[in-house]
Amino acid sequence: MTRQELDRILSRTPYAGFIGVEPLVMGEELTMVLKYKESNIGNPFLPALHGGVIGGFMEVTAIAGLMFSGHYAKMPKPIGLNISYLRKGNPVDSYARTSIVRQGSRVANVRVEAWQDNMEEPIATLVGHYLTADSKK
Amino acid sequence: MSDAIMERMWELAPAFVEGIPQGKALGIKFIAVDRGKATFSLPYNTAIIGDPDTRVIHGGAITTLLDQVSGLAAAAAIVSEENLLAISNVATLDLSIDYMRPANPGETVIATAHCYKTTHHIAFVRAVAHDGDPDDPVAMSQATFMISRQRKSS
Repeated sequence: MTRQELDRILSRTPYAGFIGVEPLVMGEELTMVLKYKESNIGNPFLPALHGGVIGGFMEVTAIAGLMFSGHYAKMPKPIGLNISYLRKGNPVDSYARTSIVRQGSRVANVRVEAWQDNMEEPIATLVGHYLTADSKK
Repeated sequence: MSDAIMERMWELAPAFVEGIPQGKALGIKFIAVDRGKATFSLPYNTAIIGDPDTRVIHGGAITTLLDQVSGLAAAAAIVSEENLLAISNVATLDLSIDYMRPANPGETVIATAHCYKTTHHIAFVRAVAHDGDPDDPVAMSQATFMISRQRKSS
């Protein structure tokens, strides 16, 4: 999948723009960036990003990661996912990457890690199954 | 459980979602709160579509709705005379969501959460999201929350 195709998919996903997600492509590696914006705050007193936004960011990253693999013509649909919240999401930019753990004929298993200043200290992880039954293969 | 505390929760709860930036951005509305229970709604909005071909809203918006309503249910389970600000004392530890079907485009999504167990440190919450018929859910979740028993300085 080319960078242009990825941009096209993201531009056609209003929710990605709603929370402020942008792709960062380095060679064959895709990192998604959640630019900090005030409307993503869930706790104004700490302040901290909304846990749901961090979850939504990782869900966008999971689908983008699957599409970026080039195996699917249609957007995969979430079946079940589990999000672990490891650290507070500070009001700064966040990053996330997808690893495809298993690519089955109908279902894919993915793992997403999200971090901020230090990749070694993730703020959250997501593991999930996505329905990919309309795959090209 | 005195009714006075639940009355106070009814006063505080709307600000807990409608007063925070992401709740405001999504337009989530407070509907109800009771001991260990809470209900919110998420109106349909083209800005949160996940798939333009189907116009179905993105799972991420449902995730935020479920996280938020589950947090209020947890807070409503531990709220007391001494700690009316229980809302700021719960933090999501994990959130598991099953997506049973896409939400119907144009429909408001309603989510109801039930905190069925609390320990000193943890609250256990289940929630269901539907778009009109609770027996035909869009998504169901199971979450755990960390409870901070000390009043935070903020």
